[in-house]
Parts: sequence; structure tokens; C-alpha cells
Amino acid sequence: MILTLPSERRALLDRSRTVAMVGASANHSRPSYFVFSYLRTKGKLDVSPINPAIAEIDGVHAYPSLAAYTAERGAPPDIVDVFRKPDDAPQVVREAIAAGAKAVWFQYGVINDEAIRLADDAGLDVVVDRCIKVESARFDGGLAIGGMNTGVLTAKRRLR
Amino acid sequence: MQERAFGFRTRALHAGTPPDGETGARALPLHLSTAFVFDSTEHAAELFALRTYGNIYTRIGNPTVSAFEEKLASLEGGLGAVATASGLSAQLITILSVARSGDHVVAAANLYGGTVTQFSVTLERMGIEATFTPPGDLDAFRAAIRENTRAGFVETIGNPNGSVADIAALAEIAHAAGVPLIVDNTFATPYLCRPIEHGADVVVHSATKFIGGHGTVMGGAIVESGKFPWGAGRHALLSTPSPGYHGLNFAETFGEYAFLQRARVEVLRDVGASISPMNAWLLVQGLETLAVRMPQHVANARAVASFLRDREEVAWVSYADLPDSPDRALAAKYLPLGAGAVFTFGLRGGREAGRAFIEALELWSHLANVGDAKSLVIHPASTTHQQLTDEQLRAGGVGPEMVRLSVGLEDVDDLIWDLERGLAAAQLAGEVPA
Repeated sequence: MILTLPSERRALLDRSRTVAMVGASANHSRPSYFVFSYLRTKGKLDVSPINPAIAEIDGVHAYPSLAAYTAERGAPPDIVDVFRKPDDAPQVVREAIAAGAKAVWFQYGVINDEAIRLADDAGLDVVVDRCIKVESARFDGGLAIGGMNTGVLTAKRRLR
Repeated sequence: MQERAFGFRTRALHAGTPPDGETGARALPLHLSTAFVFDSTEHAAELFALRTYGNIYTRIGNPTVSAFEEKLASLEGGLGAVATASGLSAQLITILSVARSGDHVVAAANLYGGTVTQFSVTLERMGIEATFTPPGDLDAFRAAIRENTRAGFVETIGNPNGSVADIAALAEIAHAAGVPLIVDNTFATPYLCRPIEHGADVVVHSATKFIGGHGTVMGGAIVESGKFPWGAGRHALLSTPSPGYHGLNFAETFGEYAFLQRARVEVLRDVGASISPMNAWLLVQGLETLAVRMPQHVANARAVASFLRDREEVAWVSYADLPDSPDRALAAKYLPLGAGAVFTFGLRGGREAGRAFIEALELWSHLANVGDAKSLVIHPASTTHQQLTDEQLRAGGVGPEMVRLSVGLEDVDDLIWDLERGLAAAQLAGEVPA
């Protein structure tokens, strides 16, 4: 199912615990490192890099593939977060389906109709052209600190 | 779960201001703290590298200020906002976020005099050139855009002459050239017009005016749509590595948030024109009642404009809500709930009549501001522009006979009673034809 509503993205983040980040980079000026570092230090989601070229990022073990992630951990990732060029996305989705992932999240600009359809047809939850860091921050108060329009209106007290 | 698109009044009260998570306080807490402690050295490092969100130092951000920012961004339909010390600093930070020495902006003329000076003197000295095109002349606006143009600029309702900008047409022309359109929405407020809905990319405000609404505090704000392609190549400041952040590429790293991030963490940080949390707190109180105040401002302004139009002592009234205004069609499109509450009129009898008019008024406050709950009046020829000759005044679009009103929330009969006294004094000043 393609998740387009903010409340659907919030529910996905709330029910998920593990994230496998395909294409995570250890280069501190890369967008994927910003997102990886944010998820790691916020501590709510257990994030792992998927990158055959590196052993770890900031002390977090990197897996060479999604298959290796599931095999070594004994459980698939709840979310596969995709930081790859759009042409690579269908192959990432095939690997995510094979690894047993429950959701696939395409970061800003990672837009590929075939990849979206493959994931949707396989019953995975799909988020397209969104940043998992931004969407996490939308609901945990981080975006509000930056003066951003979160769209969150409530008269209920929530600890941020 | 269904998403609800909450209405303007609901967002004015609730957006950006949920109950305080720590204390349960229902009203917005006022955080008068210059700085905020870090959880750890790693947390501090993540904050300074922009990899996580959090409060560092009030010059860059503050929880009370961010509540004001989010509320205004919600009302304008923007992605987010950056609050500043004043409207002029909001403009300066906006321009410096997209342009540098050697760059160029195009402004539709009939702008606030302070803006004209900022563009033609201060920005010019910084190497950013501005071209001013005649109001309403879309071809001139199009023709003025060059290879190094980084933005177009216009006011929703021009100060002081009350002309209405064709925002959608200007945005289309700007976008066809790869240029964003910045709209100063101070006189309209998001209650009367939301420029982003008409294609504008950035909205700037002097929040000192109707947003605060009570003539108490200075403030400004920048709201951005998040839709302009800053990474397309025309805005190198946003799409090439920044030396201020170890080679960070804002467009690549922050996507739709690139402009707002750079405006805050580079330009606001370095310019230092930050708003006080106290002021932001008062502006939040103002926004909560904006939708209640603006209809009354408009109703009073319409009554005052109609009264003046029918008086012998008055040569002309420039208010886009009047049926014979040349801007009536644009006002109907962009300002369906009213063309605001600031406008000008001309007294027969020129400069001396204007002086006598102002001095005879009892209720209208004679000062240089607009957007107060109280009614305000100024006669530029005898005050701000008194050193200029009549010819110089006319050349600047400010005739010796011109009076500017900012219509407040008093009983409108009392406002008109006072204006009648002023008009009688203007006639006695001797220059009024019989």
C-alpha cells in the first residue's frame, strides 16, 4: 500500500523498530549520513547501513546486503530505506521482498514507477519521495523546533 | 484515519502551539533563555552539524519563536517560516539567502519607501543590483529579468498607494525564467490573501503591523512554499557546497527544506537580526485573533473610504475595494474578503490643507506606522517627505496632497466624525477651491 497521508507515515514509524538503509554513506557531507546519524542518535529506530563497501558507520555494523541482514539478525528489517539512484530501485525492492521486509521507503528523488509497483504488489507499505528523518521529526517535535509547518494540530499534551 | 484540513481560525489558535509537553501549560510558554543545554558532547556535535533538530542559541532559534513561525507558516500555507527582528530584516535575509554580490533582483515598483531604499542603497552597496519596473506592467517585469536575476519581488497591496499585484501572472513570468517570486504580504495578512496559493514562492511580513495588531512589538517573518527548485542550478548559494558548513550542499541534503534551512542557519545566524522571544510571544497572541480583527479593519476601511470619496474636499481615494478603482478586478481575485485597511487619499488644497487636516484630528494618531488596532494617519508632505518640493514629491509618487490612513477598530462613526473635523480644518486652510 502506498502511504500518502501524514497519519499513515506516522503509524508506519510508530509500529516500526528496525531500519535497513540501502546506500548509507560514511561520508559526513552526504545526505544519507545526515539521515543515518539522526536515526542512530535519536535512538527510537534501530538503524543499520546496507553497503558492501564498508564494515561500519559510527560503530554500527554494516551488512553487505539485505539478505545478509535478515540472515545474520534472524529477522527482516521493518523498513528498507532507499538512498540509491532511481534506476537501481527495482533491484533494491526485489531484494527487500526476498529478505522479508515489511515496508520500503524511497528518499527524496528516488522515484521509479516499476519499483513502487513491485513493492505495492508484494504487499509492502511504500513511501515515495519523502525523507524518513523529516517525517520522524514531523511527529517527534524536531521539525517544529525548526519553525516548520508540521500540520500537527492537537490540544492533547504529548511529551516530545 | 481521515486527514482533516483544519480551517483558518482553528489553525490560528492551534498550529504551532500544542499544550506544552513538559508542563501541560495550555498557553504558549515564553522561553526567555538565550541558550539551551546539550544532552552530551555528541548531541552538541550533531546539532552544530545540522544532523539533528534542537535548540542551541536564541539567535538561531527558540521554542517560543518557533511556535510563532509554525503558526504563521500554517496560516500562509507554507512549508515553514523563519522569524526575524523586523520586516526589513526578513527581506534582507530572504534576498541574501538567494543572491550575492554580482546578482540581480527585479522589483515591481510602488514598494514601501524603506524597501526601495534597502534595495537601491544598501543592497546596491553590497553588489546586488535591483531593477524597479512600473506597477502592473507585466511586460516590463518580464523584460527586466536577466541571466543573473535571482528573485522577483512585489507587495500584495502596495504601500502606500494600495495597488494590487497580479501575483499569479508575476509568478508565471518569474518561473518561466527559473526565478522565484517573493511577495511582501504585510498589508493583506494571510487572512485576506495567501500568495503561495497563487504561485508565490516566498512570503515576507512585517509582523509589526496587523499580525501583532496592537502596535506593541517589532517582528518579521519569511515563509516559503517548499516548491521552488532551488537545486536546479540558478541559485548557486543553495546548490553548491557551502564553506560555512564544511561543503554542505543545502539543496541536495535538505531537499524541499533547503531555502528555509539556509535562511536560518547561515543568513539569520550571520546577520544576527533575530526576533526576541518576548516579541514572538506577543505576535502569537496577535495571530490567534487575526481572523476576528481583519474583517472589522476591512469593514471600517470600506466605510471610511466611501465617506471620503463622496466629500468635496477630497480629490481622490486610492482603495482597491472601491467600485471605480483601477485595481478592482485584481482585488476581487486576490483579496475577495477585502483590500485591507491601509490606503491613501488626496486633499484638495495640497500641502497646507494636509497639515491643517492632520493637526485638527483628535482620534486618529499621527505617526509613522500602520496595522495598529488604533486608527493611524500620516501626511508625508508635511512629515517624512517635508524636505522635498511638490515636484519632487510627485516624481516619487507621493503628491503634496496625499494622506495615508491605517483604519483601526474604533466605532466607525467616531472615526468619520473626526475626519469631518479634519476636512473642515483643511478647507479653512484657504487653498481649497469653493
